Amino acid sequence: MSIRFDDVRGADPIAQPPVLAPGHTPASVTERISEAVTTKLTKTPKWWLGGFAVGFALLNVFLFAVTNLFMTGIGVWGNNIPVGWGWDIICFVWWIGIGHAGTLISAILLLLRQSWRNSINRFAEAMTVFAVACAGMYPILHLGRPWLPHWLLPLPGTLGMWPNFRSPLIWDVFAVSTYATISIVFWYVGMLPDLATLRDHAKARLARFAYGMAALGWRNSSRHWANYEVASLLLAGLSTPLVLSVHSIVSFDFSVGIVPGWHTTVFPPYFVAGAVFAGFAMVLTLVLPLRPLFKLHDFITERHLQNMAKVMLTTGLIVAYGYVLEIWAAFYSGNEFEIFMVLNRFTGPYATQYWLLILLNIAIPQLLWLKGIRSNVWALWAISMCINVGMWLERFVIIVVSLHRDYVPSNWAMYSGTKFDVMTFVGTMGLFLTLLLLFIRFLPALNMFEMRILTPEATKAHGEEK
Amino acid sequence: MHGTHPEPSLHGVLAEFRTPDELLAAIESARAAGYTKLDAYTPYPIEKVLDALDLHHSKVPLLTLGAAIFGAVAVFSFAYWASAIDYPLNIGGRPLNSWPAFIPATFEGAVFHGGLAAALGMLVLNGLPRPHHPVFEVKRFVEHASKDGYFLLVEAEDPQFDVSAVRRLLEGLGPVEVNDLEN
Repeated sequence: MSIRFDDVRGADPIAQPPVLAPGHTPASVTERISEAVTTKLTKTPKWWLGGFAVGFALLNVFLFAVTNLFMTGIGVWGNNIPVGWGWDIICFVWWIGIGHAGTLISAILLLLRQSWRNSINRFAEAMTVFAVACAGMYPILHLGRPWLPHWLLPLPGTLGMWPNFRSPLIWDVFAVSTYATISIVFWYVGMLPDLATLRDHAKARLARFAYGMAALGWRNSSRHWANYEVASLLLAGLSTPLVLSVHSIVSFDFSVGIVPGWHTTVFPPYFVAGAVFAGFAMVLTLVLPLRPLFKLHDFITERHLQNMAKVMLTTGLIVAYGYVLEIWAAFYSGNEFEIFMVLNRFTGPYATQYWLLILLNIAIPQLLWLKGIRSNVWALWAISMCINVGMWLERFVIIVVSLHRDYVPSNWAMYSGTKFDVMTFVGTMGLFLTLLLLFIRFLPALNMFEMRILTPEATKAHGEEK
Repeated sequence: MHGTHPEPSLHGVLAEFRTPDELLAAIESARAAGYTKLDAYTPYPIEKVLDALDLHHSKVPLLTLGAAIFGAVAVFSFAYWASAIDYPLNIGGRPLNSWPAFIPATFEGAVFHGGLAAALGMLVLNGLPRPHHPVFEVKRFVEHASKDGYFLLVEAEDPQFDVSAVRRLLEGLGPVEVNDLEN
């Protein structure tokens, strides 16, 4: 094993900031983190109530938009032929991509034994679950008959037919439903020991009962830990190819089609890198304000921010490579439709969106090369917001710009979202915010038992690992 | 408690220690004294404790592998049966068994079943859910086991088990306190 526990004591020769501020013991970590959850309801912080009010109000915007959609039909959205996919799938891919950083942080970094992830993994996993919930809304709402989503599943019924297993859209159903299920399972299994901690330390009777039921009787037995550690590693090992497969399959939704700009083999890796890029941006967007609000500077240190900024920079460069390769592949193919697609992106009616995307996703993130920018929380937050917007524009460019002018000029048309497209999108943000705030108020948002491992006392118990 | 023989209703004897090192020393002493039915309680997994208690034989991997293979075979067979036998569609003379197109769903089937088996298998092998357990009767266990206490349990099932001998052994190891656990 290569957990660099010595980093905790600041003895690393490269002298990076520690992953846990010095002076913490397992007890102090437990008390500090469970405090946020076990405080009385009447002592809920004002910022939480304010945030929840905003989130819940936006959730009602979602309810309004969806009710209108159900009563009137898909026509309330802007998509029509030739742009049959619009805001709905742009936002679907955007949300799914955001979820991927959660799996990356919790699973891939666990397998790579990156102990700095211990304080942010729980939060990132929650972000995955909620982002997938938001993403899942779009395909179901776009069905036209949203009361029949079970037709997507291979259930025996009066139809006498089965889903088409040769269609990427059905692969997507399998991928996204598996991703949602496994993400929830991974999240819950990861929380079990911490739910037991809350059961033991909650003051209110009802809270003790609720956490006790959720903890399933977990008692920190070594026999439990032995199976638990193996199960966690296996879930991480399964989630890692899963997350790569999910966004690859999302990219198949496009690349299996013959629309210019979609039909390329670079799509799966390019989409996966874009997802991780967007996901880390969203983690930073959320973590940077929560850190001062919950006074988490001891647990989410400068080291975490530095590392996340570096991952963003790296995946951003892969995404930039994808953009370059798309252009190169179009000209190398000699296919006039592919070449036209690229020129249409550069100079067509949606050129503003294209160049804005290049600015937000490629140019601005280059500032992350500078250490001063990586350690400045305001700059980091601003850059992560740029990437959030940039990645939304990327999906807009891929989907709308390709569809609005494909082969036959008589088929060309312009596209724009309607106010109901906007309301649905803003509404899913409300859903996300509501769920996230409920999570940080009632569940352990930082992984307590893994944070205990980072304390000097536990480090000593691990002895030989240097 | 049943009648005059308290021993059969005992679950075991639980001792609390302050540090992982003290716990490890206690496990070694208990093993040296010939006790085999030992369990330790630590607020986070400690590799050395798992080594000392010889707990590295989890069946979770086998369950996961079995379930993942089942999931893959089940989904692939179903896709083949649905596309080639039950509802064959001739699309430009392409093969009905278009197996490469079945792979994404097959892979997801493997991950789905494997992941659920890993989580449920872990719970079942750990005997969970089990909301109550004799250790929870100890006040200090509830307060410290999930925070900063390191506990060693010698179970009454142990062939050598004798309350007074076990208590004597554990009390000699400098514990915070020693408690008898009643079933």
